Amino acid sequence: MEKKTPLYETHVALGGKMVPFAGYLLPVQYGAGVIGEHMAVRQKCGLFDVSHMGEFVLEGEGAEDFLNLVLTNDFCGMEDGQARYSPMCNENGGVVDDLIVYKEKDGRYMIVVNASNRAKDFAFMNRYLGESEKLTDISDQVAQLALQGPAAETVLRKLTAEDQIPQKYYHAVFDGQIEGITCVISRTGYTGEDGFELYCHAQDASRLWELVMKAGEEEGILPCGLGARDTLRLEAGMPLYGHELSDDISPREAGLGIFVKFKTKENFVGRKAMEEAGTPRRKRVGLKVTGRGIIREEAPIFAEGRQIGVSTSGTHCPYLGYPAAMALIEKEYAEPGTRVTAQVRGREVEAEVVKLPFYKRA
Amino acid sequence: MNFPEELKYTDSHEWVKMLDEQTALIGLTEYAQSELGDLVFVNLPEVDTELSAGEAMADVESVKAVSDVYSPVTGRVEEINEELLDHPEFINETPYDSWLVKAADIADTVNLLTAQEYEALVAKE
Repeated sequence: MEKKTPLYETHVALGGKMVPFAGYLLPVQYGAGVIGEHMAVRQKCGLFDVSHMGEFVLEGEGAEDFLNLVLTNDFCGMEDGQARYSPMCNENGGVVDDLIVYKEKDGRYMIVVNASNRAKDFAFMNRYLGESEKLTDISDQVAQLALQGPAAETVLRKLTAEDQIPQKYYHAVFDGQIEGITCVISRTGYTGEDGFELYCHAQDASRLWELVMKAGEEEGILPCGLGARDTLRLEAGMPLYGHELSDDISPREAGLGIFVKFKTKENFVGRKAMEEAGTPRRKRVGLKVTGRGIIREEAPIFAEGRQIGVSTSGTHCPYLGYPAAMALIEKEYAEPGTRVTAQVRGREVEAEVVKLPFYKRA
Repeated sequence: MNFPEELKYTDSHEWVKMLDEQTALIGLTEYAQSELGDLVFVNLPEVDTELSAGEAMADVESVKAVSDVYSPVTGRVEEINEELLDHPEFINETPYDSWLVKAADIADTVNLLTAQEYEALVAKE
């Protein structure tokens, strides 16, 4: 039985088409449809319920050391309110999850993880937790709304004071106030646009949703579902756990090597295995479909008459107007311009390797 | 939701418009398009392809997924609606004008439903 987010009734009242996802009932789309919602986020703004995401609080003197051990990125030198993305690897160098760490202040962090990995991550982190640190899963008390799009800041300005709005990307205001609702106001997102993620108490979620929707009316805000969330992140070339990342895919293969700090850190989980594996033999690439068809996940990819990899996600990109996919392929074929074919339902669909992301905001 | 009286329907959500005893237009119902969402791609069979009642003859893709379209008839593809190849969204906009295939030499059909029967089926889904 799927759980409901605090906004379930709101979605149903708005005509959201509810589907099970990562253990929750969430809207895949509303009346405007995936394409309409996608375009709203690219051109105006959209509001997503992402309350299914998991949130942990990490406290204690050794918190920074713990993060540096269990995650591949380097967490030294963070300012209060700063956020940092990181893969979390297992001892084999595969990805347990990818997540965002917020530093509230020295010795106190919030970690945001994928809904489907929440229990796995919590257990995994606990294996490395020292005496002086405490990890608490607060997911059930927290709702998350994502306000995304070029008009997001204009909308937020109507609801809160200037100093409550983080000016830099990957920064957050921890004790933010929006019309009396306490929330973390974070300048982050998963759409390739400017935007904010708002973390509030579950009981405030529906009021915060109403406030943002009302404030966004003039800007043409639309409620957006999981469908648009997926097409937006794909167009922006962002990896999704379970597709581009898994327990068997290393961050270096997934093109996330920049978040693996071999040089600045001595030791972290997965380091040895990644070093032993050496330069990855396969690489995550973007594929632009040049033939007819849509390459979706798990399509075998061929070049020079043999299979060189497999697609990990793919769809029609509403803003770009053509189908695109991401794939893990042998690195010899990863050069942009390389022609490949995908096998899709018994047919061959031609595609070309292109640089990621497919879409980058101006 | 619209269920034109003059059409016949299948339980897999195609509509059939019999032009004469052996010729028919085949499309997707309004209910089908609303369930599929925005269509972005259509694959149609080639002209003269043999059709078997109840078997996949085409597919349509939304941003979310690909879905088969089943032939309600046994016969032959006489014509395809090529306009849909460039404008799959016409199926969303005007499902009952946007026929996919014109079938000829119809020798057999699946169990076809009347508008009332089909409406009752949709009500249950």
